[in-house]
Amino acid sequence: MSMLTRRRPEARSTRRREGSKRPRSTRRSFWIGVAFASPFIVGFFGLFAYPILASGYYSFTDFNLFQSPDWVGLDNYEQMANDDVFWKSLANTLVLAVMGVPLTIAIALGGAHLLNTPIKGQPLYRAVIYLPSIIPIVVGGYLWRWLLNTQYGFVNYFLSWFGISGPSWLQEPDWTKPAIVLVVLWTVGGTMIIYLAALKDVPHELYEAASIDGAGPWRRFLNVTWPTVSPVTLFQVIVCLIAYLQIFTEPYVLAQERLNNISSGPDQSMLTYAMYLYQNAFVYLKMGYASAMAWVLFIVTLIVTLVVLASSKRWVHYGSK
Amino acid sequence: MALSDTQIVTDAGSPRELPAAKRRPKILRRLRQHALVIVLAAVFIFPLLVMVSTALKAPQDVFSSPPSLIPSEWTFDNFTKAFDQIPVWRYLGNTMLVAGLSVVGTALSCPLVAYALSKVKWVGAKPLFIMVLATMMLPPQVTLIPLFLIWNGLGATNTYLPLVVPAFLGTPFFIFLIRQFLMNVPDDLIEAARLDGASELRTYATIVLPIARPAIVTAAVFQFVWAWTDFLNPLIYLNDESTYTLSIGLYAFFGENDVAWGPLMAACTMFTIPALIIFLIGQKFFIGGISAGALK
Repeated sequence: MSMLTRRRPEARSTRRREGSKRPRSTRRSFWIGVAFASPFIVGFFGLFAYPILASGYYSFTDFNLFQSPDWVGLDNYEQMANDDVFWKSLANTLVLAVMGVPLTIAIALGGAHLLNTPIKGQPLYRAVIYLPSIIPIVVGGYLWRWLLNTQYGFVNYFLSWFGISGPSWLQEPDWTKPAIVLVVLWTVGGTMIIYLAALKDVPHELYEAASIDGAGPWRRFLNVTWPTVSPVTLFQVIVCLIAYLQIFTEPYVLAQERLNNISSGPDQSMLTYAMYLYQNAFVYLKMGYASAMAWVLFIVTLIVTLVVLASSKRWVHYGSK
Repeated sequence: MALSDTQIVTDAGSPRELPAAKRRPKILRRLRQHALVIVLAAVFIFPLLVMVSTALKAPQDVFSSPPSLIPSEWTFDNFTKAFDQIPVWRYLGNTMLVAGLSVVGTALSCPLVAYALSKVKWVGAKPLFIMVLATMMLPPQVTLIPLFLIWNGLGATNTYLPLVVPAFLGTPFFIFLIRQFLMNVPDDLIEAARLDGASELRTYATIVLPIARPAIVTAAVFQFVWAWTDFLNPLIYLNDESTYTLSIGLYAFFGENDVAWGPLMAACTMFTIPALIIFLIGQKFFIGGISAGALK
């Protein structure tokens, strides 16, 4: 019975597939596809394709909002090479990424590992750790400004319990970057949950086999856990790197004194690339220069991503399953 | 070898058969694990407790040194002051309007495009998918300035159009998410409806939409939180105080020389609560959604 009923639609669908090779029906499905995709097609040309071309054009012009763009060739790019603030912002951003990405990966994987064991109330812990990721970044920023306050903040107070006299986080150029990374790390929950899902896929027999071979917890982690989650790690490293290269709101909120006021921390130590780009575009109205900066950011992102991908052959293990 | 063999046997056996000496370390390990997880969770939630407790503190308590979590006197004064200093209701309403319309836009547009990518057999599906992926990878800074110029040219600054219209045209990340979901739905189901003579739109509305609901809800919840917490776009497009969303409205608490921390934390608390409610309602979708997007 079931065999019979199951076979019939199959037969029909092959007939239909043959039928759909007929040009008229292809033409029909083409227009159906276009109709369903139309919001994105409009969006693609209006919000992506045209703006990309325009941005490329502006990057070769001198352009403030009030006059039409004036072609200057490679001037913007040359100016960038000689702009100390540009280099400072790029260096700040790279320092943040170099500090932040490994810490994010380590804490996310460590936390996921800890949560992966069957612990009572696990969904609750998971939710609590993810919670900061949905808090408005502005709120998180203000909150941490308060927590990092040298007189009234909890961070240095807790450090004093251990006999450590904490730094003035947001006043000393050397400490502002750790402060930014700390605020970002508070939202590591999303990364941790991706790891948690990946860890659930690690075959249990592998751990047992490793135990039988006398592997301790650290060996088990290195030989079983790490290789299994390495493809996910590659994804996380790339996503996290890109996020750090574009970081804007956290440093802006931590540094800024008032809305639309230019401040970038002591000795411009909190000025990230995206912040400097924003300042050039919307405060100094140097739209051409900012567009050129956007393209350089795109190229830097591309290069960094490709380098990570190239290196991944050495450390990412794709399972044989 | 013989030793490890016995190891397996004892591990597999029921705990009652284990000698007491072997069980205790396991209990200790469990306790240690619990303690670590609790500490981890406490670190993540602590800042939020500070926010709420500061919001409920009397002025003299706010600047206590050393800081304390428990107010010596509970008061709602900071909330009253927050309402005096900024139009909290208006900003909440503005933010709600932006987030709400963005959610409607996402729920209307993204499944349509995802359907065209996964279940309509047409030559455009592949190029369209490449377009979606390409737009996902482009840094938003590249399009930032031309987009501002377009909206500015249309006279749409200080309106919510620049914040909301893009959602109606499909967000690549959500299109991708829903498409991945639909790829796992067997074609037969949709074919069957088409064979019954249902129009394409009807098939979409009666078969595809209900099936894809988990993915659409995930996208909607994410979109709400993104729009609710967005900072850069309101900063760029909204200059008139009456149009401010909470993200940028909170700046009013920063005076020339000092910051009104009590009222600021009260406003932050009110800003957080709606996102929190959405999070609690959508938690299942949220947490499932993040891992689905990354692992598939």
